Amino acid sequence: MPLLFSPSSARRRVLPNQWDLIAFAAIMAILTAVAQSYHGISAPLPAANEPVVSLDYWNLPYYALRTALRMFAALFFSLVFTFTYATLAAKSRRAEMVLIPILDILQSVPILGFLSFTVTFFLGLFPGNTLGAELAAIFAIFTSQAWNMAFSLYQSLRTVPPDLDEVARGFRLTGWQKFWQLEAPFAMPGLIWNTMMSMSGGWFFVVASEAITVGDTTITLPGVGSYIAKANDEGNWWAIGAAVLTMAIVILLYDQLLFRPIVAWADKFKVELSESEVTGSSWMLNLLQRTYWVRLAARPVFEALRSISLLPIHIPRMLQARRGKVEQQPSRIVDALWILIVVAVAAWAIWLTVQYIATEVGWDEVIHVFVLTFYTLIRVLVLIFLASIIWVPISVWIGLRPRWAEAVQPIAQFLAAFPVNLLFGATVSIILAFNLNTNIWLSFLIIFGTQWYIVFNVIGGAAAFPNDLREAATNFRVHGWQWWKQVMLPGIAPYYLTGAITASGGSWNASIVAEYVKWKDHTVEAQGVGAYIAEATEKGDFPKIVLGVAMMSIFVTLLNRLFWRQLYAYSERRLRL
Amino acid sequence: MLDTSVATLLTVDKVSQSFTTGSGETRKLVLDQVSMSLKTGEIVALLGRSGCGKSTLLRIISGLITPSDGSVTISGEPVTGPAKDVAMVFQSFALFPWLDVLDNVEIGPRAIGVPLEETRQRALKAIDTIGLDGFESAYPKELSGGMRQRVGFARALVMQPKILLMDEPFSALDVLTAETLRTDLLDLWQEGRMPIKSILMVTHNIEEAVLMSDRILVLSSNPGRIASEIPVTIAQPRDRLDPPFRALVDQIYALMTQRAETTRVAQPAAAGLALPLPDISTNSLAGMLEEIAAPPYNGKADLPHLADSLGFEIDDLFPLGETLQILKLVDFEEADIKLTPLGQRFVDMDVDQRKKVLGEQALANIPLASHIKRVLDERPSHRAPASRFREELEDYMSEDYADRTLRTVINLGRYGELFAYDEAAQTFSYENPE
Repeated sequence: MPLLFSPSSARRRVLPNQWDLIAFAAIMAILTAVAQSYHGISAPLPAANEPVVSLDYWNLPYYALRTALRMFAALFFSLVFTFTYATLAAKSRRAEMVLIPILDILQSVPILGFLSFTVTFFLGLFPGNTLGAELAAIFAIFTSQAWNMAFSLYQSLRTVPPDLDEVARGFRLTGWQKFWQLEAPFAMPGLIWNTMMSMSGGWFFVVASEAITVGDTTITLPGVGSYIAKANDEGNWWAIGAAVLTMAIVILLYDQLLFRPIVAWADKFKVELSESEVTGSSWMLNLLQRTYWVRLAARPVFEALRSISLLPIHIPRMLQARRGKVEQQPSRIVDALWILIVVAVAAWAIWLTVQYIATEVGWDEVIHVFVLTFYTLIRVLVLIFLASIIWVPISVWIGLRPRWAEAVQPIAQFLAAFPVNLLFGATVSIILAFNLNTNIWLSFLIIFGTQWYIVFNVIGGAAAFPNDLREAATNFRVHGWQWWKQVMLPGIAPYYLTGAITASGGSWNASIVAEYVKWKDHTVEAQGVGAYIAEATEKGDFPKIVLGVAMMSIFVTLLNRLFWRQLYAYSERRLRL
Repeated sequence: MLDTSVATLLTVDKVSQSFTTGSGETRKLVLDQVSMSLKTGEIVALLGRSGCGKSTLLRIISGLITPSDGSVTISGEPVTGPAKDVAMVFQSFALFPWLDVLDNVEIGPRAIGVPLEETRQRALKAIDTIGLDGFESAYPKELSGGMRQRVGFARALVMQPKILLMDEPFSALDVLTAETLRTDLLDLWQEGRMPIKSILMVTHNIEEAVLMSDRILVLSSNPGRIASEIPVTIAQPRDRLDPPFRALVDQIYALMTQRAETTRVAQPAAAGLALPLPDISTNSLAGMLEEIAAPPYNGKADLPHLADSLGFEIDDLFPLGETLQILKLVDFEEADIKLTPLGQRFVDMDVDQRKKVLGEQALANIPLASHIKRVLDERPSHRAPASRFREELEDYMSEDYADRTLRTVINLGRYGELFAYDEAAQTFSYENPE
């Protein structure tokens, strides 16, 4: 599921608010500008050459390949972004002042809502060509991974162990050498883990972005996502079943052939010098490492890479790490000037956004959207609460039994990657059959994919719960409610919160898909900002999309800052074992 | 004239280092006008307590830190950035976990562009010298602490530095491993098998300094100054049980406690809150008093012996002793520590009496404790945030020290039932749960 808020960023201190405001304004202004530039194009874009997606099962492997390749491309761009953006933020103090708050806000923007803009933007770049649509899909996946990854790298770069830093400086490594010998390897485990976790979000986005209708432009890219969309349109249960199976296989292959080996390999970059108790293992990596020929072929490649990483390339002074130069005070005048420029740009951006919303939609609409967002907020919180009540006891039970935990944890991770669109048919059928209240029953789609984050985090927490504490509790005959309240719940709290925060972020994004559901020719919708955005997207009503997304971003940001992050900080301080 | 300049490898001239305190206004001196030199062919030990700035001095010499004032020259050349004629061995080993032993050793020469073949040759030689043959392809994770530090040595030696800097290189190792490594290093040094001209080592272990070095520079704390210089003339190999060896160790203990005493006596009255306290638990205070009271010491203990029997190093022993001294429960005499009459009585008390005495002594002798009590008394709500006291402390000391001091006073205050402290709200009060 998409992560609107990563646990790694929760560990950071709460940032100064004026920067958030500035970042928020800047992002909204850019998106507004994109929307306006679209309006500037008078002639409607020609519909892309519509490749007809067929529900024939034999096409599925090909579609799966196309989808997987999109994921790869997005991964590549995410890495490029991560290494430039995060490095710049970590190395330049002035850049950091602007870049990090922007990143923090970007995490909270439900980018799925902006799919319509990005699609039209990329189509405009390559008119009459599917490349534009491809890029739009790739960009959507990119947005589900890049922020998380950049945060992870930034944090690692800021926490390089001081003794290793001294070694690097003592050996007079140049900026380039130091980056590849020390900083990048140090950041590796965190970055890879984050990449793997955001991959789940990627599956959700790729499915959502392969088949999309913006106003009168319909994009269909060959892939599993558009296969699902077509199956939903036609109400074909068998095709849905085939898509489920295909997704399962693709996700499994990605996991086993790509991520498990890399995670296992990245174990050697961990700095704790003790043999860690949980070492990931991968049959694929073992296979590769034990094959003589592969190793022989890989060696010159690794040697060449090592030589390149040791080239004495000097990095401009501006980008040198700041540590060890504490005494050197930065120029206050330049600082003041810099802040002045940033504030001026932000003020202009706020004015632009406010004016756009005021002229295009009016303030009544703003209030209306505020109420809708409030509904979605309640929906998200209630569902997280319900999911917690149900899943926490079950997950604790599983986590305390190592065999079960081992079997269930990967399944939960796997379920988290499952696109919710696959359930549209079942949901709509049930709702129509029993004439249920959509405002209540559609809500469960929001939590469908995100609840698993709670499950596998709590299982992890319960499994890591110290045995001596359990024995002590048994010994003193602590049981029943007291056992939950004083022993287990505090013990798993940091893990639970990591899961709940991730689930909350994902749920906001999912609401855009899950509050407005189509199956055959039935449309079922719930009242909420998600449905508002989805409907506006379908109609191509850009001002309304801007308004909806902006409102949702504000809510998400505030919820994260005022609620989740405070809770998380408290649990880290008091309850971390 | 010319002769001395050749023989003198390193000159440190009136080096001072200060840092800005928490409030950002006052600057606190860590090193004050430190001058020293290092000649070719000698091992010099910088001996001092933790926080005396000895590691800072080492980093200034290596060029990792630029001093606020003064200069460092190595072989006549001023040090302005990371110096090329020195190599450092770290307490934490500081090996790159993602590189195997050979790569770890080779990284230095390769970074400065030494040709691959020569690098390999030099690395293998260093690995051979230090006794790491057969471990070339092992990763640091797979090695024991002793073997890891050998990699640290090989990595430094491969740079062929004139001066080897060692920052407490044996203190993270267990006793036996540390001893083996010390002897191996001394053997290599005596046989001239290392491509270095002198060694400068930082340590807080008095016996280690006497065992290894030709000269000991004792640093005082707050601010760091060179308090005395002691030549060690005992012939190598040295025996820890040799009477002259013991005598020298005793002499240095006495020197260090004396200094501690004079600085302490001068401080509390004059400086008020500026009395930094170490991290101390009330249990270890009581435990130490009991140990001194019990046979064989019977109220008066020889510090080196006490350290030995408790398995303590001076960094563990001195903070305890000094805190007890501040609380007027012990006195120092030369290298001895002696219970005061109150300290003697304390040992025989039950828990409630002990709590009372410790509370009273803290109130009477630790300005911060009485200050907190006064503020709580004055305020109608009888509550005060910890941040207020922390900020006051930071005018006199670094954040770390302020934190530590506050923590210890909270400990003493809770134990002595002077006041209550709520960790979550970070406030002092008189309220205890009923």
